[in-house]
Amino acid sequence: MIRVLNSESMEIRTTEDIVSVRQAVRKKAISLGFGLVDQTKVVTASSELARNTLDYGGGGTAHLEILENDRRTGLRLIFEDQGPGIADIDLALSDGFTSGSGMGLGLGGSKRLSHEFEIQSAPGAGTRVTIVRWK
Amino acid sequence: MERIPILKMGDYLLITIQVDMHDKLALTLQNDLTEQIVTYKSKGILIDISALEIVDSFIGRMLGIIASMSRLLDAETVVVGMQPAVAITLVELGLSMKGIRTALNVEKGMAVLRATLGEERQDGDSSPEF
Repeated sequence: MIRVLNSESMEIRTTEDIVSVRQAVRKKAISLGFGLVDQTKVVTASSELARNTLDYGGGGTAHLEILENDRRTGLRLIFEDQGPGIADIDLALSDGFTSGSGMGLGLGGSKRLSHEFEIQSAPGAGTRVTIVRWK
Repeated sequence: MERIPILKMGDYLLITIQVDMHDKLALTLQNDLTEQIVTYKSKGILIDISALEIVDSFIGRMLGIIASMSRLLDAETVVVGMQPAVAITLVELGLSMKGIRTALNVEKGMAVLRATLGEERQDGDSSPEF
């Protein structure tokens, strides 16, 4: 069973907020005792997803949760927006796909950088991306 | 206004990125750099990212844009000092940084520029100026 030990929510409205999210994720990863490479991976994934929330979702919220199950601890990050949503999720996950000015690596890249990845989205219904990185 | 300093070192320009990059700062850097390349007729740009704890696709894209802009202005770009954890993460992210030259540190980056520009100069000696 997964227990949430600690939860924090942050607004994403400006590019400076992306920096704040990165810093908060780094702090939590360090507190969980993540090694440098694991810290770098989860912080990079959070940066990609926070930017998606801002650029494509028109802003939203990041939820940072410290998890624990019977064997290990982990970091769960949820990025939510009320933006236009994604019509074709498989297409959006493929590398090189972009509807904006980025390189189209945000979703697929952050999936590769995480142990668990989930996306819920529909046109007009916003987008919610959840990633987990276990220690 | 917040901006990233650009140091002139002979024929080269050295940029050390030490702060968390955001859109406005990136645009300011592109403007400042292209102006200085033209003003100083710089042939080489070194971008030191050793202080960066992460490189995401936004920063990767910015580095690519700077390298392309500089090339159009006849200057070579070498990105130096990438941290090992950043290199590991970039590959998993899928960012190959194609077209961007890298070196382990500023000194080695200078050697890369010297070698490249030295070759070009020798080629240039035999062909007429235009």
